[in-house]
Amino acid sequence: MIRLALLLTLTAAPVFAQDHILIQSTTSTQNSGLYDHLLPLFQAETGIEPRVVAVGTGQAIRNATNCDGDVLLVHSRAAEDAFVSAGYGTQRHDVMFNDFIIIGPETITADSPAAALTSIAQAELPFLSRGDDSGTHSREMALWNTADIDPTGASGGWYRETGAGMGATLNIAAGMGAYTLTDRATWLTFANPADLVISYEGHADLNNQYGVIAVSPQHCPSVNAIGAQTFVDWITGTSGQQAIAAYRLNGAPLFTPNAAE
Amino acid sequence: MQDFTAAFRAALDLVFRMDADLMEIVGLSLLVSGAAVTLACVIGFPLGAALGAGRFAGRMPLLVLVNAAMGLPPVVVGLTLYLLLSRAGPLGPLDLLYTPTAMILAQTVLVTPIVAAITAQIVADLSEEYRDLFATMGMRRTAQAATLMWDGRFALTTAVLAGAGRALAEVGAVVIVGGNIDHVTRVMTTAIALETSRGALELALGLGLILLTLSLGINAALMGVRAAARRLSDG
Repeated sequence: MIRLALLLTLTAAPVFAQDHILIQSTTSTQNSGLYDHLLPLFQAETGIEPRVVAVGTGQAIRNATNCDGDVLLVHSRAAEDAFVSAGYGTQRHDVMFNDFIIIGPETITADSPAAALTSIAQAELPFLSRGDDSGTHSREMALWNTADIDPTGASGGWYRETGAGMGATLNIAAGMGAYTLTDRATWLTFANPADLVISYEGHADLNNQYGVIAVSPQHCPSVNAIGAQTFVDWITGTSGQQAIAAYRLNGAPLFTPNAAE
Repeated sequence: MQDFTAAFRAALDLVFRMDADLMEIVGLSLLVSGAAVTLACVIGFPLGAALGAGRFAGRMPLLVLVNAAMGLPPVVVGLTLYLLLSRAGPLGPLDLLYTPTAMILAQTVLVTPIVAAITAQIVADLSEEYRDLFATMGMRRTAQAATLMWDGRFALTTAVLAGAGRALAEVGAVVIVGGNIDHVTRVMTTAIALETSRGALELALGLGLILLTLSLGINAALMGVRAAARRLSDG
C-alpha cells in the first residue's frame, strides 16, 4: 500500500512541480501539426510548458467554463463572444484564419457554399455532419440556415450526423464517398483522403477565424492567469505570429496569422 | 492487404528505432494500467473472497451488482470521474484532472469488478469442494477464505489477466480524464485514436500491433510464472 501511495503521489507530482498551462483547444490545430511546430517555440521562449487537450470547440468551451483549462483556442466566434460576455474569459483576440471547404467525391459548381449545399440536398447526396457542437458544426448549421434548409429532417437518410471529431468524420466520408464540411488545414494534413476531392472552396462565407481567450481568474481562481496571459501575448505577438506564418505544408501556409497589432 | 503490410512496417520501424515518444507512451500505458490492476486486486481479491465464500445478508444482490459492473462502459466511467474531478466538481481542489493519477482511478473502477467477480466465482467453486473438509476442521470463515484464495491462486491469475486486458485496451475513460496530453497523459490507446483521426491509419494500426504484442508478452509471462510456480508447489 505504501508503494502504491508513493506511486500515486509521484504520478501527480509534476502537476504541482512545474509551471505549465492547460490549453483547451479545437482539434484542427492539433491534427494539422500546428502545435507540434508552435508549442516547442513557445516553451523555449517562455519556459512555460503548454499542455493541450484537443476536443471540439463546444467541448473545449464547456471544459473551460468548468475551470478545467487556462486558455481557450477555438474557432466559433459567437460561442467565444458568449464565453467572454458571461464573464468566463478575460478578452477574446484574433489569432489566425484559414478557410472551410466542402470535400466530397466530386466538384460542385455553385455561386456560394449555401448554393452548393442546396444542390447536395436537392440531389440527396450523402452528406456528413459533425453533429457535435464543434466550430465546424456550427458553421455548417449557419450555412444550411443561409440556404434556408433544415437538413436534420433527413438525418439518418442522405444527411448523416457522425457525432464525432473532424478526423473520424473524414475517415467515414472517405469510406462511404460522402460530402462534408472541413477546415483546410485538417484536410491538407489528412492522410487518408481516398478518392475525395475539394468540391467547393473560395467564398467569404467560408472564412474560418481562430480566437484565443485567457480564462478569467475572477471566474476561476485556480487558473494559471500569468501563464495564460503569457500565452495569449506570445501567440498574438511577433514571435507567435511569425511562427504561425512559417508553418507550411508543401510550401503552402495552413494558417494565416491576423492578430491585431 | 497493402494497409496491413504498411502497418506492420510502421510498427517494426517504430520499435527498431526505439522511438522516444513511443517508449514514453508504452511506459505510461504500463504504469497506468499496472497501477490500476494492482489497486483493483487490492480491492477485488478480498471483495471477491467475501462474495464467494461469505454468508451474509445482501450477498446475492452485491454479487449481481459486481457482475453487472464488469460491463461498465468506459466512457460513462470517464465522464463520471470527469464531473467529480473537474474544477467545478466536488473533488476539483485535488487538481487530479488530466493527470495519470486520474487515469489510474478510472481504470481501477473498470477493472475492480472484473477481478472481484472472477475471484468470487473461483472461491465459490472451491468452497463447494472443501465444504466437508472445513466442517470437520471447524475453521473460521476468514481462515477458510484465506485457504481458498491460496489454493485458488493459480486460477486467480486469470482474474489478473482479464483485468489487465481490460485496462490496456480501453480508451473511453482515459481519453476523457487524461485528455490525451502529449508527454503527460498520452497512452497507447489514445495515441491510436489520435493517429486514426489524423488519417494516419497505417501508423495507428502499427501502434495497435505493438499494443497487441505487449498484451501477448504480459500474458505469456504470467502464464509462464504460473506454470513454474505450479511445478514448484507440486514437486
